[in-house]
Amino acid sequence: MSDGPLTSVDALQEALGAHAYLADRGLTTAIYLALSLGKPLLLEGEAGVGKTEVAKVLSEMLGRRLIRLQCYEGIDASQALYEWNYSRQLIAVRAMDAAVAETHVEDLFGPEFLVERPLLAAIRAGSQAVLLVDELDRADDEFEAFLLEILSEFAVTIPEIGRVAAADPPAVIVTSNRTRELHDALKRRCLYHWIDHPALDREIAIVRTRAPHVSEALAGEVAGAVARLRELDLAKLPGVAETIDWANALAFLGAEHLDPELASDTLGSVVKDHEDLELVTSRLAEVVGERADG
Amino acid sequence: MAEGAGPGGALAPLVSLGRELRSRGLPVGTGRILTFCRAVAALGLTDRDSLYWAGATTLVASHADLERFDGAFDEWYRGLRESGELRIELSLPGEPAERDWGAQPEDLEVHAGMTAALWSAAREGDEEADEGDEASLRLVASGVEVLRQKAFGQLTPEERLTVERAIRNLRIRVPVERTRRRRPARSGDAFDLRRTLRRSLRTQGEPFDRAWRARRTRTRPLVLILDVSGSMAPYSRALMQFGYAAMAAGRRVEVFCFGTRLTRVTRTLKTKDPDRALHLIGAQVADWEGGTRIGESLKTLVDGWSQRAALRGAVVVLCSDGLERGDPELLRQQMARLHRLAHRVVWANPLKGSPRYEPLARGMAAALPSVDEFVSGHDLESLEELSRVLAG
Repeated sequence: MSDGPLTSVDALQEALGAHAYLADRGLTTAIYLALSLGKPLLLEGEAGVGKTEVAKVLSEMLGRRLIRLQCYEGIDASQALYEWNYSRQLIAVRAMDAAVAETHVEDLFGPEFLVERPLLAAIRAGSQAVLLVDELDRADDEFEAFLLEILSEFAVTIPEIGRVAAADPPAVIVTSNRTRELHDALKRRCLYHWIDHPALDREIAIVRTRAPHVSEALAGEVAGAVARLRELDLAKLPGVAETIDWANALAFLGAEHLDPELASDTLGSVVKDHEDLELVTSRLAEVVGERADG
Repeated sequence: MAEGAGPGGALAPLVSLGRELRSRGLPVGTGRILTFCRAVAALGLTDRDSLYWAGATTLVASHADLERFDGAFDEWYRGLRESGELRIELSLPGEPAERDWGAQPEDLEVHAGMTAALWSAAREGDEEADEGDEASLRLVASGVEVLRQKAFGQLTPEERLTVERAIRNLRIRVPVERTRRRRPARSGDAFDLRRTLRRSLRTQGEPFDRAWRARRTRTRPLVLILDVSGSMAPYSRALMQFGYAAMAAGRRVEVFCFGTRLTRVTRTLKTKDPDRALHLIGAQVADWEGGTRIGESLKTLVDGWSQRAALRGAVVVLCSDGLERGDPELLRQQMARLHRLAHRVVWANPLKGSPRYEPLARGMAAALPSVDEFVSGHDLESLEELSRVLAG
């Protein structure tokens, strides 16, 4: 699995950078290992630090198809793996002659009646895909157990059709927001990386890559302000996504520099909790930074 | 005995990091260590950074464990440099012979077995919710009758043991919630096309016999927040037994203790032997005898756990006398947040056991608007009352 950028950690870091994803050494190493050991990578971290983005960038970089499985409460095998197209089967049964219906039952379970869901798609695509299992913590633990089974085998048996297996497993990224602790068995199967909020200079660089039209000065001020926000006692800490949104919003309004007035007008793009908003508003000058350099 | 260097002599330094971590209480199985060795081989580098990140991604499985990993890593790396073992053989086979690794695969299996047990335990908990409405409490010994109305604070040690045993035998019932997951049912709110189709084959494709799916139910999580400061300790101990009983019944239970600072004790409470668990918790919770900062502790709880399934939709029982040393305003805010997250908030205040008590303490007054049920919880009888309240 050593296509191009995967010869060393440094090469990978560079390749990720070329696709506008600035990963630090730890994350790059984790991705490198996940790809070269063929293990799923479990990414945890605060909301908005770019967990989902990793999979998207990987698929672009490797030229593979991104298959996304968004988890939610109540998701089960029929929504994640495969399902039969029952309405179509029902119509087919009705259309059959009553006499032949009994003998043609197997026809009803042919590939044309199979609805492929993300996991089956990923198994079929094999190493041509990057499978993103997004926000696994939202699913319940029964689903987790089921996913564990899939991740360890990358094969599934559909009784009516037979066994479908991946020759080479796809690259797998699993993300979790830690709304609940994932099961140990699943964690043991995966490599693990905690994505932190980036350091100031890295965050500035990220804003500059992701929102190129934002001036360097503004990017720096916004990143600085967000860093100070994260030190306040907020219920919801702003992530990198929020920093980028904020910089975008300010640039859209034609701002060159961040001042308390502008900040207060656009605060909704970074602070998204009522009590937090009150706290930040009361300390806005401090957050924005007094120095009016320019 | 398991110390044998085995065929992986060159790997010994790497494996020793796993040992170091295990000695610090991190759950590092052989599988993880193997992955770590393969990771180092895949990186092909042995500088500090590479080793660190190889270890951090393969040996750690939770953000909470990172700090301990950092400590262990520093120590291990220092040892490595001093002993000059830094030259790690890098020609590892892609798939090392797993069976050659001494005594360890067994404990890997134990681990897997435990997980399976946990899973099935969780499932059983779900099913129990469907049981009929039997009497919700049972008391064992009749000698207990006398003790039922004696405040926990006034029990002799022997009496306390009897009462605690009685508490553990309380049947604790927690209300159920409907999940988003559906399953086949005799009647329900969603059409089950799959089963309908199967049945229609019997009638030449005519879907006479329709099948349904209905939402599943499961018990709500129970969260106990126990004040362990000074005078509250005996009452909290009793409630801890209550939590222990709930946990033993396979419920989803989280237990937190606070005085000046919040500590999560759920894990410790999972120990089989309740007395030992309480003893361990005593060692773990620093401030059995300290002041009370309810507001601040609640803030820690809601900040750290509001995103967790444990709090959302849970039944929360808070046991405290409400004598807040901190800012009552903070307590009011945090109680409001907690109330918005939880299904029900029950406050057990032993002082309420006294007929003349009125919730005038500033903390208590600030909290009450966000409390659904205000109970006493000072003696056995009142805990029976509490378990009735919980089920309701």
